[in-house]
Amino acid sequence: MKVLVAVKRVVDYNVKVRAKADGSDVDLNNVKMAINPFCEIAVEEAIRLREAGVATEVIAVSIGDKSCQEQIRTSLALGADRGIQVETEGAVEPLVVAKLLKGVIEKEQPQLVILGKQSIDGDNNQTGQMLGALTNMPQGTFASELVVDGDKITVTREVDGGLQTLSLNLPAIVTTDLRLNEPRYASLPNIMKAKKKQMDVYSPADLGVEPKAHLTTLKVEPPPERKAGIMVASVEELVDKLKNEAKVIS
Amino acid sequence: MSTLVIAEHNNSGIKPATLCTVAAAQAMGAEVDILVAGADCAGAGEAAAAVAGVRKVLVADNAVYAHLLAENVSLLIAELGADYDNILAPDTTNGKNIMPRVAALLDVGQISDIISVESADIFKRPIYAGNVIATVQSADAKKVITVRCTAFDGVADSGGSASVESVDAVHDAGISSFVGEEVAVSDRPELTAASIIISGGRGMQNGENFHMLESIADKLGAAVGASRAAVDAGFVPNDMQVGQTGKIVAPDLYIAVGISGAIQHLAGMKDSKVIVAINKDEDAPIFQVADYGLVADLFTAIPELDAAL
Repeated sequence: MKVLVAVKRVVDYNVKVRAKADGSDVDLNNVKMAINPFCEIAVEEAIRLREAGVATEVIAVSIGDKSCQEQIRTSLALGADRGIQVETEGAVEPLVVAKLLKGVIEKEQPQLVILGKQSIDGDNNQTGQMLGALTNMPQGTFASELVVDGDKITVTREVDGGLQTLSLNLPAIVTTDLRLNEPRYASLPNIMKAKKKQMDVYSPADLGVEPKAHLTTLKVEPPPERKAGIMVASVEELVDKLKNEAKVIS
Repeated sequence: MSTLVIAEHNNSGIKPATLCTVAAAQAMGAEVDILVAGADCAGAGEAAAAVAGVRKVLVADNAVYAHLLAENVSLLIAELGADYDNILAPDTTNGKNIMPRVAALLDVGQISDIISVESADIFKRPIYAGNVIATVQSADAKKVITVRCTAFDGVADSGGSASVESVDAVHDAGISSFVGEEVAVSDRPELTAASIIISGGRGMQNGENFHMLESIADKLGAAVGASRAAVDAGFVPNDMQVGQTGKIVAPDLYIAVGISGAIQHLAGMKDSKVIVAINKDEDAPIFQVADYGLVADLFTAIPELDAAL
């Protein structure tokens, strides 16, 4: 079984991103970039499937300018077999990403596609579901466990009320939640080996897609600031403030 | 103009998330209809008809819509959506699961998690874990939107008299099926609907110690939440997680106990009206958003708080 994993280059999760003073965009100058944490979990899950003998090949695909090859190499160092970059310029919206991934799926014919449930920059949480619609594949979103069984996959999902388990026909789309696995670290020998692994580059035109903008960002700004709070010295003082000042308990 | 709101419901009634979504829909200035999709969901249809300011309720009551499988429900919504300018759903796991599939079927973008309606095609939404608010304009004729429920006050769940129509369309994609679920049963309010929340973090040390928070929660009529660290450590189940990728909450009072305050956690609770932080580390970032901070060992402070209430 061939597994396709989508990875995205994003601002590192430890960085507190700020809007530029003129409100035109977020300030990404000299900011550390990394693989989106949910995508890293997706790569790890695909590699575990190959180690378990379920998957035969793991292909990591990323969409972006040349710099996203760094995240593809990271995926290859973690254990993916080969990489694909779809070369695009500027921000690419989820629907366009889904259309490009559909093009890659048509070329590669994977039985399973694993994506992060959302990227921590746009926080959209859309691409996997859109890809499901475009390919008419079933989707197991926000997955915390998956088990491949013949021509089906059982996916346990993190939902508002707890956990839900679905059975999906393969080929299928899975999007990862935080607790699907704990990604490994790439070893130095594997980082060296990754440099020699195959990486193909496609243009959107190669995949029959013309990128289109559905949404324009007019302005970005910081969220409203909370006014500074106070420190209290004791539980007694805290309860008094909550009752008599904030009036949130009686 | 008209807007279709996808109801969040439990078959017998509708959930508060539906009321916030109707509020957002009304802010867009269009006539609002509600779709209740499910199996044996007539009760929810009746409840939706009583919601203030709703024109019509569509009820798609069929076994194929049980558990709201995205593959089936998205086909239904895409078909019904042909008659609407806007399709809105709450930012629940159902809304997040189904709506992008609808958008792709309609070949339009989705606008996720809107926190305000500026005009019929301009919206604000948080990005980068809420550290930045983006104002975005949609170029699509038909708008598919999920609504950040904490940002909209729900409309009244009574006083309306919408007509109820049943929808006969049956869409069974036949590619997915429901196996089972583990749903937490609690007498406490739901996290996203509670007016008071007390949450624990890694500092709680184990799941057993969460009973201390539950005792206080029961006195205050509060819900109990957790940080990602506490869920990852296995102290409590995933449905208690508050944060960027967990539940987004904005209660009147949020008490953070033993939570350091990673930006991902703050993203889920910083719109709470009053925030209390109890942490033994005086440098913990949680104190920067707290209205009232108490530097103390939670194992001393929490029993004291319990006794004082």
